[in-house]
Amino acid sequence: MEIAMRDAWGNALVEKGKTHPELVVLDADVSGSTKSILFQKEFPSRFFNCGVAEANMVGTAAGLASAGFRPVVNAFAIFLALKGTDQIRNAIAYNNLPVIIAGAYGGLSDSYDGASHQSIADIAIMRAIPNLKVIVPSDSNQAEQALEYALKQESPVYIRLNRNPMPEIEKSEEFIKEKAIKMIDGNDITIISNGITASFALEASKELEEKGYSVELINSPFVKPLDEETILKSIRKTKKVITIEEHNIIGGFSSAVSESIVKNNVCCKFKAIGVEDTFTQTGDYKELLSFYGISKENIVNQALKILN
Amino acid sequence: MNKQEMKDKAFDIRCSIIKSIANCGSGHLGGAMSIVELLTYLYYEEMNIDPKNPTKKDRDKFVCSKGHAGPALYSVLADLEYFPIEWLNTLNMGGTRLPSHCDMNKTPGIDFTTGSLGQGISAAVGLALAQKLNKFNSYTYVLIGDGESQEGQVWEAAETANQWELDNLIAFTDFNKQQLDGYVKDILNLNKLKERWESFGWFVQQIDGHDFNQIEGAIRNAKETKGMPSMIILDTIKSKGYIPGENILENHHIKLSISDGEKAIEELKRREGRI
Repeated sequence: MEIAMRDAWGNALVEKGKTHPELVVLDADVSGSTKSILFQKEFPSRFFNCGVAEANMVGTAAGLASAGFRPVVNAFAIFLALKGTDQIRNAIAYNNLPVIIAGAYGGLSDSYDGASHQSIADIAIMRAIPNLKVIVPSDSNQAEQALEYALKQESPVYIRLNRNPMPEIEKSEEFIKEKAIKMIDGNDITIISNGITASFALEASKELEEKGYSVELINSPFVKPLDEETILKSIRKTKKVITIEEHNIIGGFSSAVSESIVKNNVCCKFKAIGVEDTFTQTGDYKELLSFYGISKENIVNQALKILN
Repeated sequence: MNKQEMKDKAFDIRCSIIKSIANCGSGHLGGAMSIVELLTYLYYEEMNIDPKNPTKKDRDKFVCSKGHAGPALYSVLADLEYFPIEWLNTLNMGGTRLPSHCDMNKTPGIDFTTGSLGQGISAAVGLALAQKLNKFNSYTYVLIGDGESQEGQVWEAAETANQWELDNLIAFTDFNKQQLDGYVKDILNLNKLKERWESFGWFVQQIDGHDFNQIEGAIRNAKETKGMPSMIILDTIKSKGYIPGENILENHHIKLSISDGEKAIEELKRREGRI
């Protein structure tokens, strides 16, 4: 059953709140959207609505973390990334404080609120901050796993969440070991998904299999640290790779993979699928994704171009 | 410590700051010298701290949000033996544990890293909230600059501390009327600073920041005020005690040689009647 990632996140906060008394949750007046409101209902004394003041919220969380609490800050991904960047960098990451930064409504998932609210630069920003781990869950299971993982860290973690229901992919324990998840073994081409593109990549792989191609399908929720071992091993084998992400193709997951390819002198054909460095429009979510090429059809088309 | 002893201690701290910055060749001397009485009163008289146990959980905390005043705090912390006094000779040099801006990762006794202006007061809100959640009977003190008060984040923190009734948060503004590029009134004037903080729901006092009796009284008043955070605006003189830097326009970051420092200390001794 498809569960909206935000609902899964809110429920996961409540569950972890029961066993982690040090867990405190902060929100910037969007708790009804991020679903941190569920935590507020269960643990009102450990929930702090900071109002529409993201910078102060992030700084306050840093103070709480330095005093031994485990804060989770919730707001829309793009506003955390842009209005809280200085605080995330200097107050949290520089001090290596274990704050969980939960960016809601990532990618295009706040589809009807337009370019101001759509988050296609957050991963580029977050991955350039030392000490900060960056995760983009693919589905509700991975969102829950990401929280569990983050609570075990002694360093900050950015978890980029999605608003909407998405098809679930098979749950894997590899994820919380900071590993990419091999979903299908193959030899002709490597397709690597990040975030909610996982289900599109799975469908595309099946279609390519039907056309007679052997696809190696990998899902990589981690942008940082990147599981270079799994990813490069596959690319060395297939010598062709497609990455798919819900982000600008500048600075995000595809950039992380391509940097790894170049750094390790791997020779391959490479195609990054994502938003092609443009401000995005408002509209229906799935139509928007498709418009910007984040779709099964585009993955198949791009794969066929590389394969032929 | 009686008031004369506090004055003597403030004099020693001022000499120590001048020496450490002169040894380095330059530094944020102006904004370090203006806060000496405050730091002296807090660290030697007021705060519940133990230099032998600098991470004690229920201690009072101090956040120097105007992080560039680090050298003033370092001279106090060295004197209290948080770290060897020889470290002062490494101020802001490669590999030092005393960087120009306060750094909790590098310096024992620093309660929060600062440097990017406006951030320390938010961290202090978090620290004060943590003290409340832990039911500690302790205080968080935070010092912001007057130039720093132009940052929007300061006012986000101000409204939050009021909303959460953080009466264990006592803030100070080092109101020395000067910022990097010149006089505050000429750059971005802090109109009605006292009324501004009052309108944000803080208990506000404005005092002579170089007068120990007034500092003592204001902190006492702040502690007696329940249900709201406190702001104590300190009327101060930038570069106070480094006489060549007093009452000049460019005294934020000052270049001085070791002999400049020695001369300045002699000048200060004469002014204070210590020779």
